[in-house]
Amino acid sequence: MTPTVIRLSDISLAYDRHPAVHHLDGAFPFGSMTAVAGPNGAGKSTLLKALIGELPVRSGTIDLGALVPTDIGYLPQAAEIDRRFPLTVGETVLLGAWRQAGAFSAVSAKSALEAQRALAAVGLPDCERRSIGSLSAGQFQRVLFARLLLQDAKVLLLDEPFTAIDARTTRDLLALVQTWHREGRTVIAVLHDFEQIRANFPQTLLLAREPIAWGPTASTLTPANLLRAQAMAEGWDEDAQVCNARAVSAA
Amino acid sequence: MTIYHVLFAPFTDYGFLRRALVACVALGMGSGPVGVLLMLRRMSLVGDAMSHAVLPGAAVSFLIAGGLSLPAMGLGGLVAGLSVALLSGLVSRTTPLREDASFASFYLASLALGVLIVSLRGSNIDLLHVLFGTILAIDATALYFIGAITSFTVIVLAVIYRPLVVECFDPGFLRAVKGRGSLYHFIFLFLVVLNLVAGFQALGTLMAVGLMMLPAAVAQLWARTLPSMILIAAGTATLSGFVGLVVSFHLGFASGPTIILTASAIYAASLLLSPASAGRRLFPRPHLTG
Repeated sequence: MTPTVIRLSDISLAYDRHPAVHHLDGAFPFGSMTAVAGPNGAGKSTLLKALIGELPVRSGTIDLGALVPTDIGYLPQAAEIDRRFPLTVGETVLLGAWRQAGAFSAVSAKSALEAQRALAAVGLPDCERRSIGSLSAGQFQRVLFARLLLQDAKVLLLDEPFTAIDARTTRDLLALVQTWHREGRTVIAVLHDFEQIRANFPQTLLLAREPIAWGPTASTLTPANLLRAQAMAEGWDEDAQVCNARAVSAA
Repeated sequence: MTIYHVLFAPFTDYGFLRRALVACVALGMGSGPVGVLLMLRRMSLVGDAMSHAVLPGAAVSFLIAGGLSLPAMGLGGLVAGLSVALLSGLVSRTTPLREDASFASFYLASLALGVLIVSLRGSNIDLLHVLFGTILAIDATALYFIGAITSFTVIVLAVIYRPLVVECFDPGFLRAVKGRGSLYHFIFLFLVVLNLVAGFQALGTLMAVGLMMLPAAVAQLWARTLPSMILIAAGTATLSGFVGLVVSFHLGFASGPTIILTASAIYAASLLLSPASAGRRLFPRPHLTG
């Protein structure tokens, strides 16, 4: 059995007590590459936010093992960052050196050089001095990937990394993700494109608030499972009762 | 009448104008940068709300100290401003109300309470002074007080610059690396209140925020990078103070409003002339080849 890097023990995550992720159990093996799929509102982003500790876990536990926060690289959804902010591309990428520089130390020449290389690797060489406001959505996504490269994280959490990104940029960035996988890093990505998942991601977690299926992609993304996911994701029950699945299963 | 007579003679002739000018320079150097960061955090109106929130604390100190004493009123204002900031933060975290909504509710209550307290004992003149400031009455004690706050602000901003900017730009990233974003957010709110308190005697509770937000707006129109924005904001605030004092001296206008109006005039000119301005839309330049 491969060692696990993140173990989820029966976790429930909720907004205003209504569960967004309901009784999810399982583990991400070390070095695995997992797609998190499911309809809108299925709790995919919520799960990633819980993994970085931004959302409290309502019940159950997330066991991060020996991981420390800087071991996890997180790519937020594109809409969550204000691109008109007066920063340069170089400054944005150098945030990836947070583990070395932290809040107060100087940025080393080594980190600056690595930032240059990271920018070249994502196809934006010599762009350090440009302001991020002058970039297109695709170019900005490349910058965020360069920041992830610099972070050198063991676990990468990508929230819809290819939404509103053109085919060529998607191909380039997907190749980068494949490289991370080959280097033995653990990748967890929220994705919507089933073809993309089938072609690139060995593992899939199909989520529709309840976990529908979790395992090898071919056996997870079956028509029957997708239909179930669609049906379960709809509706917000105003009069939902207090969940006592625990009590039932314990009885 | 030479340029010297117009621009410099008032300050060499009158000590109270010199002190007012030094106060403006100090206020500008502290409030300008704070205003830029406030605007980038999309908290422009929070600055406004905080300036009102300072009032009841200052009013209580005014009653206890029995007059306009900047250190006493500053301390009271600081306590009141921070309480409102903390309470609003608490309300927005525990109820569906957004932070701006809870700020708005608290500052309206604070403003009403402050005016009520001042009018209980003080005269209408006192109320006017508290609301609109008396920049020409600034004495040495007040000047040290303002200077100390500005120095403290600039040093603290320099120290927490990186985490604070990241917290404004991408709070999710800071949370992911456990960068203690809310700590820096709170230190920053503390600086906001502190600078409003510093601007209190000079410009009054209602207009102190003007020297914070107007220069910040000007800076955003002219600059593309954060350091240049901060420099432009500090420069604009200082220039507004100088020009405002000169104009108010020669034309016999009230100084505080003239300073804020000067800043507004610079803002209006920037709207027409700056690279990011409305004026450029009316007279577009031809586009480049690449």
